[in-house]
Amino acid sequence: MSRERTFNMLRTAVSMIAAMLVAFIIILFVSEQPVESIKIFLVQPFSSRRYLGNIVETAIPLIFSGLSMAVLFQAGLFNLGGEGVFFMSGIAGSLVAIWFQLPFFIFPFVCIGVGAVTGILVMLVPGVLKTKYGANEMVTSLMMNNIAYGIGCYILNNIMRDPSVSSLVSYKYRKAALLPTIISGTRVHLGLIIAILCVVIIYIFLYKTKGGYEVRATGTNIRFAKYSGIRVTKVIILVHVIAGAVAGCGGIVECLGLHKRFEWTSLPGYGFDGAMIAMLANNNPFGVVGAALFVGYLRVGADLVNRFADVPTEMIAILQSLIILLISAEKFLHKYKQAWIEKDVNIGEVKNEGVF
Amino acid sequence: MKEFFNSIFTSDFVYSVFRVTTPLLFASMGAVISDVAGVPNIALEGLMLIAAFAGMYFSFLSQSALIGLLMALAVAVLFTGILAFFTLYYKTNIILGGIAINSLASGGTVFFLYLTAHDKGTSVALASKTLPVLRIPIIENIPVLGSILSGHNILTYLSIFSVVFTYVLLKGTALGYHIRAVGEKKAAAESVGISVVKTQATALLLSGIMCGFGGAFMSMGYVSWFSRDMVSGRGWIALAAEAMGRQTAIGSAAASVLFGIADAFSNVAASMGLPSDLVKTIPYFATLIGLAIFSIKTYKKYKDA
Repeated sequence: MSRERTFNMLRTAVSMIAAMLVAFIIILFVSEQPVESIKIFLVQPFSSRRYLGNIVETAIPLIFSGLSMAVLFQAGLFNLGGEGVFFMSGIAGSLVAIWFQLPFFIFPFVCIGVGAVTGILVMLVPGVLKTKYGANEMVTSLMMNNIAYGIGCYILNNIMRDPSVSSLVSYKYRKAALLPTIISGTRVHLGLIIAILCVVIIYIFLYKTKGGYEVRATGTNIRFAKYSGIRVTKVIILVHVIAGAVAGCGGIVECLGLHKRFEWTSLPGYGFDGAMIAMLANNNPFGVVGAALFVGYLRVGADLVNRFADVPTEMIAILQSLIILLISAEKFLHKYKQAWIEKDVNIGEVKNEGVF
Repeated sequence: MKEFFNSIFTSDFVYSVFRVTTPLLFASMGAVISDVAGVPNIALEGLMLIAAFAGMYFSFLSQSALIGLLMALAVAVLFTGILAFFTLYYKTNIILGGIAINSLASGGTVFFLYLTAHDKGTSVALASKTLPVLRIPIIENIPVLGSILSGHNILTYLSIFSVVFTYVLLKGTALGYHIRAVGEKKAAAESVGISVVKTQATALLLSGIMCGFGGAFMSMGYVSWFSRDMVSGRGWIALAAEAMGRQTAIGSAAASVLFGIADAFSNVAASMGLPSDLVKTIPYFATLIGLAIFSIKTYKKYKDA
């Protein structure tokens, strides 16, 4: 492993530890019984099967969104549309889950398929605008988030809304459409298997296929990619399709796995979380799983402190933003990085002298 | 159709356009300044939210609206400073930094709201102050015009001034030239002795001040309390306005007004039986189409050349 990569992992670890430390500091300031609260935050998530299950179920949508983001980042694309994709594909899949009638074993997959296709369509708008007209994908994807939200709300309010419930939710999904729980005593659902499957597929695609090589080459140096004959336009469209499909799966899987109706009334935030997960994972598909579990652990911990002690859950937002800032800070710990890599070079030189 | 025009051509409607456009103007000017300097600040949404909270909280503590406003500005500048520090000194990607600040804002404000007001929804338990409404003498007494132009919050008038400020800053001052030069070509600017970091930091902080005003207006003018996620997408609309206005002060201001009209319209749309959810997406659709048209134009020019 190169020192560069080791260093990246080290920086990630430092950022994670820093986030934990900040959590302690917040608890110290806010809580009446800080020691007890910190113990709850750190240990309680591991204390029972149910809480462990909570970590995993929290991680499932994060895996999807992180994976979608990692593919985009690998291609050097800054598309933040995961947010709108999650919402819209949740709506589209829910429509199917409410009104279609299919046998148990294919019903959820039809819903997920519809969600994925919706995700692709939403994601393709910024993709096509970029490749055809060079419109900045970040701006257009942010616009798409709000458009998806508006259209989704319209469908929810006017078509799907269950008038017998006072809060704004859809009709109940058909039982056969729900994703079954796979670990008893928890709420961990079949979505986990689907998420892992996506991770493996994306890994194989990125690192074992020509298409994946082209994606990474485009991300590393788009000019070089062009000169070496890669059709960059095709790559950008392909990446948007993949990212849209993965995020689309995530949206509807979350709905069918954890809820009985469509319950989001605002954008769920998974799109932006995806950026954080992908960064924590250094854009590696398997890393995404670890990063999602870590963030899931933080969230469950914060939730427990909120329930059993006196610190509001929203503490988590402060930790997350710190993680994003530190990991994306290229110059953070840079001094040490430089010294360390130089040392590597020196060792190399000494070896060379030995040979000659 | 008649109903449509009846609800549009009222002084109340025009008045409300001013009201909803105020935060958009501030934020879009913030977007213009930072984007022209080459550091697109996408944290407008979060910075306004933080400022809104600070304005509410400190005006409650001090029982002075002025101190509330000043603290809203100070806190907005502080968090923009954090963003600037990370992006310019630690080389964090400005977009990721923006995401971080937005996430910090939406959760952090609720966190502190709970600590201070013991409520995760609104701050109505805290008796905070609002900024004064300005009645313009003489104009106030003109029949229709008076009720449209007079009696707005003081920040509404200031938001119009902020457009003039941004225009003059970018076109007529040394700092403005530096900002544009740095945004255009960093290396070239540096070669003639302009400090890139200093200029970009200044631009970011100016955009922070704009967000401070916008946020203060939300909790101390638009309404008289703070509620969670009360900025509700205005920061993104401002980015849309800035994109539509092609990074110019006047263009972005015009787009902001258009979006303000759409926003005010979405409020009355429901009463006319029109779907307000869809009306709210108009600014974003308009921006997408605008961007596409503009890109197609440049694309054609490029092809012809």
